[in-house]
This record gives sequence, C-alpha cells and structure tokens, in this order.
Amino acid sequence: MTQKVAITAQNIIKAFGQGATALRALDDVSVDIATGEFFTLLGPSGCGKTTLLRLIAGFEMPTAGKILIDGADVTEMPPNRRPVNTVFQSYALFPHLTVAENIGFGLKMQGRPQAEVKATTAEMLALVKLDAMADRKTSQLSGGQQQRVALARALAPRPKVLLLDEPLSALDLKLRKEMQVELKRLQLETGITFVFVTHDQEEALTMSDRIAVMSAGKVQQVGAPRDIYTRPVNRFVASFIGETNFLPVTATQQGARLSTGDVIAAEGQGTVLIVRPEQLRLGPAGVGAGLAATVTGVVYFGTDIHVNLALSDGTSLTARVPSPVDGGADFTTGQPVAVTFQPGAARLIRE
Amino acid sequence: MSPAEQSQRRKSTRNGWLLSAPALTLLFLAASGPLLIVLVYSFLTPGQYGNVVWEFSLDGWVGILFTRDIFDGTTNLADAHLTIFWRSVKLSLMTTALTFALGFPTAWFIATRPPAQRAMWLFLITIPFWTNLLIRTFAINEVIRNEGLMNTVLIGAGLISEPIRIINTDTAVFIGMAYVYLPLMVLPLFAAIDRFDMKLLEAGYDLYASRLQVLRHVILPIVKPGIIAGSILVFVPSLGAYVTPRVLGGGKNMMIGNFIELQFGQGRNWPLGAALSMALLLIVMAALLIYVRASTKGNNPHG
Repeated sequence: MTQKVAITAQNIIKAFGQGATALRALDDVSVDIATGEFFTLLGPSGCGKTTLLRLIAGFEMPTAGKILIDGADVTEMPPNRRPVNTVFQSYALFPHLTVAENIGFGLKMQGRPQAEVKATTAEMLALVKLDAMADRKTSQLSGGQQQRVALARALAPRPKVLLLDEPLSALDLKLRKEMQVELKRLQLETGITFVFVTHDQEEALTMSDRIAVMSAGKVQQVGAPRDIYTRPVNRFVASFIGETNFLPVTATQQGARLSTGDVIAAEGQGTVLIVRPEQLRLGPAGVGAGLAATVTGVVYFGTDIHVNLALSDGTSLTARVPSPVDGGADFTTGQPVAVTFQPGAARLIRE
Repeated sequence: MSPAEQSQRRKSTRNGWLLSAPALTLLFLAASGPLLIVLVYSFLTPGQYGNVVWEFSLDGWVGILFTRDIFDGTTNLADAHLTIFWRSVKLSLMTTALTFALGFPTAWFIATRPPAQRAMWLFLITIPFWTNLLIRTFAINEVIRNEGLMNTVLIGAGLISEPIRIINTDTAVFIGMAYVYLPLMVLPLFAAIDRFDMKLLEAGYDLYASRLQVLRHVILPIVKPGIIAGSILVFVPSLGAYVTPRVLGGGKNMMIGNFIELQFGQGRNWPLGAALSMALLLIVMAALLIYVRASTKGNNPHG
C-alpha cells in the first residue's frame, strides 16, 4: 500500500473470560486502514467487528497484539487520549445538554478556548444542517436528527479517525438511504478516515472504499467492494456478499468437472465452483452448448425473475434473468433449458 | 364527541369524585386538622400546668428567638435556642453529606450489578427497616459507648489505652443519624443511577473527558434529581430527629425535636412548642421549594 496508514491492528487477539471457557472474539486479526479512506468492517453479528472497533476506540484492551494510530502505539492508551471519536449505535447523546452543548462537549473537555468551541459548534451545526435546532434538548429531536447530532459531536474535535458502530441500524429504510449519502458527503468534505461497522452487505458495498469481511473472529478478506464481490476468496465471503451458486467440482486438465460430468473453464483453485445468478444465461434446450437443466420454479422480483433450475443429476442452481415484461424470455416449471455461463464468471474457491 | 358522550363522561367524572370523597375528606382532615390545632395553639397563652389558656398572645412566636429577662423584663436574643437550631441544621447537613458520600458508591455498586443480583442487594439495604428505630439507635449506642463493642475491641487489641469518648456528644448523634438515614439516600440514588445509560460514560471518555470530568459533567448532572430526592429524604427527618439525639446525645445535646418535646413536657410552654413546630415546618417547606425549583430548572427530562 502506497498511501499513509491511519490505523494498524497487529495480530490482535481478544478473549473474553478466562481459561478453557474463554471466548475468542478476535483471533489473530491484522488490518491496515489507510488515511482518508472509508473502511468498513462487515460481518454477521458476533463476528468480532464491534469488538475490533471498541479496541481502536480504547474501550477494550486486547489480550494480545498492538494497535497503532498514525504509527504511534496506543494499545495501552485510555480512550480520552486517543485522537479518535465514536458514533455510537444508540447515539449516546447527553440528555442534560442541548444540541449545541453536545456538539461542543469534546472541545470543551479538551480545554479549547470558548470562542473556538462556539465557532466550531456553529460550523458543525451547519455541516449537518441542524442550525435551527442548536438550543433544543436532544430528546426533542427525531431519530435522524439525533443521528446527525451524534455525527457532529464526534466530528467536532476533528479526530484523525471517526469510528461508526452500526450508526444507521436504528433508522427506517428511506432515512437510512439518505444518511448513507450524507455520511459519504461528510467523509469527502472532512477528509477524515472513517471506520464503519455494519452487518448490511449492501450498505458496505455502496459506501466503502475498502471492506474487511469478518467471520468467527477472523478477517476473511480485505478489498475494494468490486474485488470482494467478483473475487471472493472462500465460501463464507461468497455467500455473505450477494447470492451465489455453489457447485462441487473436481479439477481436471481441461477445467473443472461438475458432478454431471460436464467440464467448465474456471479461474482460481479449489473444489467449489461459484457463479453469481445474474451471470447465468438460459437458452432453448438442445441448441448450441450449455448444461442441460430443467426449470423447477420461477420467482418474480419486479426488476427481474429468479429461475430455479435442476441439472441432470439433480444439483440445484438459480439464475437471475430479465423479467418477461422487459423483453426477457418467460419460463415455466418443467421446461428444459440450456445453461451457459458468462465468460470469466465461473471461479473456483476453496471450501 | 357527541353531546351524549360528553354527558356520559361528565357523569363518570362526577361519580369518580363522589366515590373518592370519603377518602379525600379523611386525608384532608388528617393532614390539616392537627396542623390547624398546632397553629392555633402557637398564638395562645401557656397554662400554668401545661395546656393552653384561650388568650391571644405572640409570646410563643417571639420565644423562638428571644427570651424575656425575669428580673428587668428586657428582651434578649435566646442564645440557647439559637445553639439548638444551629446544631440541628449543622448535624442535618453533615448527615446529608455523609450519607451521600457513602450512599453514592453503594447505589452505583448496586445499579451496576447484573439485574438478577440487584434485587438481593436492595433487599439487604432495606433490612434495617425491619427493626424499630429505637432499637437500632440503642444498638448503635451499644457499639460506640465507652464500654461498648468498639472501645472494648480497640483496647483489647492494644490500639488505645483509654476509651474513645464519643457517646453523649454531637459526634455520636451524627454517627447515629447517618446510620439510620443511609437507606433513604441509597434508594433514590439507586433509582436515578439505574436509569442512567452507561453508554454515556463511554461517550464521555471518547470525547476526551477524564474520569473526574465524566463524573462532574456527565454522571452528576444526569443523576441530580436522585441526589436532590435523597438529600431531602435525609435532611428533612434529620432536622426533626428526636430519638437519635435523645439516646445518643445524652439529653444535653438537644436538637429541635427534643426541644419541642421539652416545651410540651417539663417546659409547660405549649404555645412555644407549637410555634417551634410551625417554624420547623416552614424550614422544611423552604427546603422542599428549593428541591422543586432545582429539579424543574432546565426542563430535565429525568426530573
């Protein structure tokens, strides 16, 4: 990586509990997060993503390993000395303070001059478009507004890194989409490194510069959204991000041999062939190349239809094809079809 | 709403008032009746063997702060009375401060236990209420008197050669009151801390506040209603305390409660006793007013 590194996590192990019953929330995790990037920790609940975020914030100490911020070892440093701020999942706004006092809290605790606190607070209020709400109590705000106060409060001290712990999970779908755009805008305007935790793969794909997919306390894959979607390294990443068909294969000289005996050219190495549903093409049976399959069901999704298929030996597959309304072919259950793969779509991964 | 529904609603409201009328009447009479009697008595003339003579007099109220010299008839400030007032206020404030200092960590400890354990800790806090106040006070007496448990153990251990003489002093009264009223501080503090969102601590630390700053700028302002409620619950009964100063103060170190009792007993000055009672009531009401104003100020949602 040629960019400057904002955060380095080195061989982090975090165990809760003692001895044999200890639970490893993080098991030898190493990540480098570049300065100015929007970095997302993605994974199902219990995968350790929030624990990693809390270790960076300083709320937890690692059992082993080191955390560096801008090259300085902060492993033992308490949260109030670290140049990072957090946007909490529940916002954790101070109920006894006004919106403006909440936003100015960090600056006040740092002992900045009153004039600076006032000026920065006003600037932040404008940034999150809450100028009119400055003197309200936080309990008088809507969920979306509280979310923005939490953002402004964490951004006000100009941290080197902003940590966001599933900040959008409490909002309804429409507001969540708005805040996704808003967050991206704030990140670009401030140039601050964002570390974002989510379990929503779509959120991760649309917002991030890079994503670390985590599972069972380990980082499974780190990469740009496109890399992770198109070149997942293992079954977990492939199944967690988007939908995938998994086909057991045996590697041969010519390519991957399916259980039906057909041989398909595929990149990569391993015993499982993956192909995304939208990368399958369905043609009339018996015309040209393609795997012989039978339609077992059709599900209408509005923009497209999902066609469930069974190969000659019973292996099931799903294809995503344009809806008949938009000019695509229609399919009926029991219809024989020929399945072809888009060039380069099939990849082999390890189990 | 249709006229029929309106009249139905009015009728049910009227029925509600009618049904609760006996209880309300009883409450009103029980609360205001004795007070009214005491108020009237405070403006009468003392009888020779106690009781009152139905003759208007302001001597009771004047007597709170002044004494009339029996020889030359001049009126002077009553130093003895002022000493008693001062001792009462001072000991009550000290008791409130000590119960807060002990009660806050206790309440914090209980509120941060796992939910299943909290009930057990709260139950332990309420155990002293099972025993009569007088018996608890005598128990403290047994611990701190010159030949009591504390001195016996300390002398036996060779730590002191002379007993620590605190029985029959203000210190003894102070210790006794702090012991008796501690649960009244812990319970409202617990209620306030229990509602406190512990995530706010992390938010505070995250925003560069030290531990002390988090305590001062986050915890204390938010649990303030609990602090005020606990302080009132301790201060008010402390100010009117009777049993504790009587048993541990040895009769010499009187507080207002003992002084009032004296007027109705040996002092045979019922109007003065009545006026003192009303004065105590006024002090308590002033304290409550401060409480109401402090807790509604700033529109605190936890208030």
